[in-house]
Amino acid sequence: MNTELYNYTLKLADNNLILAQRLSEWTGHGPFLEEDLALTNVALDMFGNAKALLEYAAKLEGKGRTEDDLAFFRNERQFVNCLICEQGNGDYAKTILRQSFYDSFEFLLYTQLAKSKDETLAGVAQKSIKEITYHKRHSHSWVNRFGNGTEESKTRLQAAMNELWRFTGEFFETTEGDANLAKEGIAVEFSTLKTDWEKEIFALLQHANLVIPENAYMQTGGRKGIHTEHLGFLLSEMQVLPRMLPHAKW
Amino acid sequence: MSINVEELFESKLAKNDVIEPKDWMPDNYRKHLIRQISQHAHSEIVGMLPEGNWITRAPSLRAKLVLLAKVQDEGGHGLYLYTAAESLGTSRDELLDALHTGKAKYSSIFNYPTLTWADIGAIGWLVDGAAIMNQVMLQRTSYGPYARAMVRICKEESFHQRQGYEVMTKLSFGTPEQKEMAQDALNRWWFPTLMMFGPPDIESPNSDNAIKWRIKRESNDQLRQRFVNQTITQIEYLGLTCPDTNFKWNEAKKGYDFSEPNWVEFKSVINGNGPCNKERLEASNKAHKDGEWVRAAAMAFADKQNETTIAA
Amino acid sequence: MKDNQGPLWEVFVQKKAGQPFVHCGNLHAFDKEMALQNARDLYTRRSEGMALWVVLSSNIVSSSPEDAGSFFEPSNDKIFRHPTFYQIPDGVGHM
Repeated sequence: MNTELYNYTLKLADNNLILAQRLSEWTGHGPFLEEDLALTNVALDMFGNAKALLEYAAKLEGKGRTEDDLAFFRNERQFVNCLICEQGNGDYAKTILRQSFYDSFEFLLYTQLAKSKDETLAGVAQKSIKEITYHKRHSHSWVNRFGNGTEESKTRLQAAMNELWRFTGEFFETTEGDANLAKEGIAVEFSTLKTDWEKEIFALLQHANLVIPENAYMQTGGRKGIHTEHLGFLLSEMQVLPRMLPHAKW
Repeated sequence: MSINVEELFESKLAKNDVIEPKDWMPDNYRKHLIRQISQHAHSEIVGMLPEGNWITRAPSLRAKLVLLAKVQDEGGHGLYLYTAAESLGTSRDELLDALHTGKAKYSSIFNYPTLTWADIGAIGWLVDGAAIMNQVMLQRTSYGPYARAMVRICKEESFHQRQGYEVMTKLSFGTPEQKEMAQDALNRWWFPTLMMFGPPDIESPNSDNAIKWRIKRESNDQLRQRFVNQTITQIEYLGLTCPDTNFKWNEAKKGYDFSEPNWVEFKSVINGNGPCNKERLEASNKAHKDGEWVRAAAMAFADKQNETTIAA
Repeated sequence: MKDNQGPLWEVFVQKKAGQPFVHCGNLHAFDKEMALQNARDLYTRRSEGMALWVVLSSNIVSSSPEDAGSFFEPSNDKIFRHPTFYQIPDGVGHM
């Protein structure tokens, strides 16, 4: 097995899987009907992307497992998503602000990944770009609305900022394995996306009148399977049924 | 020569023509439609909750995608219906207020809990199946916006029933625990589904208006009979047992004789005492309240941008 | 009084390039951008179209049903506007 490629694919997949799981908690509980459907759409796209990537990871693993085996039977220490994805949704300001950070990152990532020498990764990226373009448009316009809306929306957005900023450093962590894959033209090293991401996000923050918290200490660990306490609960809920009846097919 | 608007209205109905929002219509027609369409809309929205319950626990990625899409569809259906109701001279705010204060009704079936994954299968198969039967004829109902909404809805609805039956099939032909789960769900959802067709005909005869206005063509009992006839075969295919032990083929009427649901239970659920009435209203109210600052922010932003020109 | 759900917008979808935009329903949204995005989520989930228009419902000007007679009936008399009024001699080909 190409361990480096397997790990890289899991990193791509897990971000989408875990964040989509969080987003889907909003379905039926959104701030108004149209927006409920809009956010559900984003979750749907992200689950679809995660499924495609996990299918590929399972193939790379070469043990005859499926995408569902990887989603439902890995334990907490085997997930390699960024910590920001597993955080609780909080209020709509927190959910949207997180989404805006994530969508900018994904857009930059997949724009480059679309050129990958790995056919599968390039294919997934090309398909996802259209969806992510839309996601970013959605989340960024809401950040703008909140930042320029009412006193309450501004307060909530800044509170979300204070909570979430410390998780954004992790997006750009890189490893030797990723670097090797990048040299082969297969992977995009996440660290190479930081400058463009900051440029776009700082502009968004300025438009939305947001202040970056001082002395933010960037949290880390997710990419190595060292998670916050949130992930355990999230996985308990997500994985309960297949684990309860491990011989069943669904 | 002035047009007698009342005659025009009646002649349109007589010709099976369609009534549009700007047409004159009698008060009782308008009021009846607002109530019926908005209750249909509320049912779709509240219906998102029992199924939404299982999104985070769907047992496969494909099942999760399918369920998300289904619940999203239901939200969309509610939306088409709210706007159809609004065209009659009400606002979504008023309609939601009626729902949240308990003044408006919604389909009683959604006051039952989804206890297992099999319930998701049962709802798609039985509840959506019953809904389809109730809805098909509304595609040609007299009020244009309602008819057009129903055409859209019916197109999307058959995916829902197939999704539900697919879940039931996987369970019924799966492990013993899965089969037991499927049987248990059928046991709990069978009679409440029969209640979806409304009380027996003797208690609620079709009004002349319901027929004239093309709102109802068949009676509650007729629809209920047709549903039972078509569903028994589906139960047999799954190898499950109908919880009604009294059903029997009646050659003379070419249909099944079956037990009536518990109408006392039906009345009590309609009156707010079902297993989940309070929880459904609480969830609806909470989402609405929690969303207030979001809507206010969007409105404030739009005003600042001079995007819209509504009078304050 | 402002509706807390935002104003109503009408949605028009164009199925394929070159075809007319057809009215397919309406929705609530607070600004143009939101109306467009919501319309896409609501009315084109099943690839029903490739282009969208959204218009504030209050901006739509419509004819009145009472006007139907004076507005539309006169053209029923002017049958020379219809191609079927004219006889094309055989041999001229399709016209």
